[in-house]
Amino acid sequence: MIRVLDPGPQTTVQDGGRRGQLRYGIPPSGPVDARSFALANRLVGNPDDAAGLEFTLIGPRLRLEAPAAMAVTGADAPVSINDAPAPAWTTLTLAAGDVLKVGAARAGVRGYVAIAGGIDVPAVLGSRSTYLRGRLGGLEGRVLRRDDLLRSGMASGPQPRRAVAARDVPDWRHAPVLRVVLGPQADRFTQDGIAAFAESAYEVLPQSDRMGARLNGPRIAHARGHDIISDGIALGAVQVPGDGLPIVLLVDRQSTGGYTKIATVCSFDIARVGQAKPGQRVRFSVVDVAEAQRLSRAATAEIANVELQEIAS
Amino acid sequence: MRFLPAGDLALSVELGDDISVEINTRVRALEFLIGQKALPGVVETVPSYRALLVYYDPTVVGYAALCASLATLAEQAGTTSMPPAREVELPCCYGGELGPDLEPAAQRLGLDVDTLLRLHVGAEYLVYFIGFTPGLPYMTGAPPELTIPRLDTPRVKVPAGTVGIGGIQCCVYSVESPGGFWLLGRTPLRLYDPDAAEPTLLKPGDRVRFRPVDRVEFDDIAARVAAGAFRPVIR
Repeated sequence: MIRVLDPGPQTTVQDGGRRGQLRYGIPPSGPVDARSFALANRLVGNPDDAAGLEFTLIGPRLRLEAPAAMAVTGADAPVSINDAPAPAWTTLTLAAGDVLKVGAARAGVRGYVAIAGGIDVPAVLGSRSTYLRGRLGGLEGRVLRRDDLLRSGMASGPQPRRAVAARDVPDWRHAPVLRVVLGPQADRFTQDGIAAFAESAYEVLPQSDRMGARLNGPRIAHARGHDIISDGIALGAVQVPGDGLPIVLLVDRQSTGGYTKIATVCSFDIARVGQAKPGQRVRFSVVDVAEAQRLSRAATAEIANVELQEIAS
Repeated sequence: MRFLPAGDLALSVELGDDISVEINTRVRALEFLIGQKALPGVVETVPSYRALLVYYDPTVVGYAALCASLATLAEQAGTTSMPPAREVELPCCYGGELGPDLEPAAQRLGLDVDTLLRLHVGAEYLVYFIGFTPGLPYMTGAPPELTIPRLDTPRVKVPAGTVGIGGIQCCVYSVESPGGFWLLGRTPLRLYDPDAAEPTLLKPGDRVRFRPVDRVEFDDIAARVAAGAFRPVIR
């Protein structure tokens, strides 16, 4: 059992996400940065998609009511146990009464806290992920509050202490280049519009959230208006409404919409746009579908093969 | 038929360029066939007016191979027979505080209120698809006499369950949201209820009819819905 002493501004329960519900208008939710989330789980001996916490910009302060292995990954934020600094990207062994605190992110936006056994909230439509706008899943469909009690599931046994090697820890400080596939509605933009999109830097706006990353930069010109016959919106879709400013749609996105989508950010770069802080710049780099899928398979294999290093205790 | 990439994990199949029952029926038939054949690598599908968004796993099937299988299925989609549509009855309390635009809408349309109600209640609506917000139906079937421009000034908040008309469409708000439709009434049913075992009431392809109820019956049904003791009429 974990007691929430301070939840941070927006901390939710997430797991691997909800599948098969987009046709009912319910997005998948789940972690914005799936790789960091999976590695946090792996450090505590959980399956990659076990339920854990996602925080936003500032981490939570949690008190353990029973001993447990935990891990913090994702955004680069200071971690402490009972006010003594502790490493991120490492299995942490906590005793009953210990207080784990994750501070403000120095780089990146979204961090993950995993606990051995996962967080035991009821599965809703097959998932424990929180969909905030729909008040669905997680802990009563909402962000964590002070004094919430989180039950953990059955741990898989005592956890060896392990760490993600420094070379496998992402650095969120650099302006990311996001690989995109043009389309589905690239033909609804002028050549100049596509060139502006492909060649300019765009700044992440503070209104960004789990639904979408809103960007500011050179306006992207439409060829024949900005409205289409409403259709499905894929993860990473770059929607360009009438103002010409792109929005990259993320895990809590609307299932369908009526604005043109110039391109789609590849799944393996979703974390990089989701971890870009307001004010940080991103660029786009166009790849074709075959290249995107080659990179996608490589990224899936990379996550599966990240080696955790044993730490002598 | 057009195939359009949507990143590395999804593609869009467009089966036409218009909003029509014929094209949308083929979209839903294609989705049905994909489920029937359990097409390898397909993860999830999202129908809309004239397109089906297909999410897939590129470690199982590549873009070109999937497009080829979908093209074959889409050929069959014109003739396949789907399971019979469900008929869902939505009780609706028209006018008064729950439908503040009933009289202005009638005036704007040059109809008397009774005629407007008769037209709205007499029609059967087809759910093209569910989208945008959880459980929100995109429906066709409103009689042409009820075609009305959207409100000049959209409302900031429209309560969930509100039944409105705008353009050629009839809409039922599934969650509280801003809206530019003329508000004719409200259903006590919840098109989206995060606490229910099945949070969304309607499915793509459903047939919807409205049954007028008075305020007393509205309140009664609403209370039973809140207690989890109301079973919607679905045939």
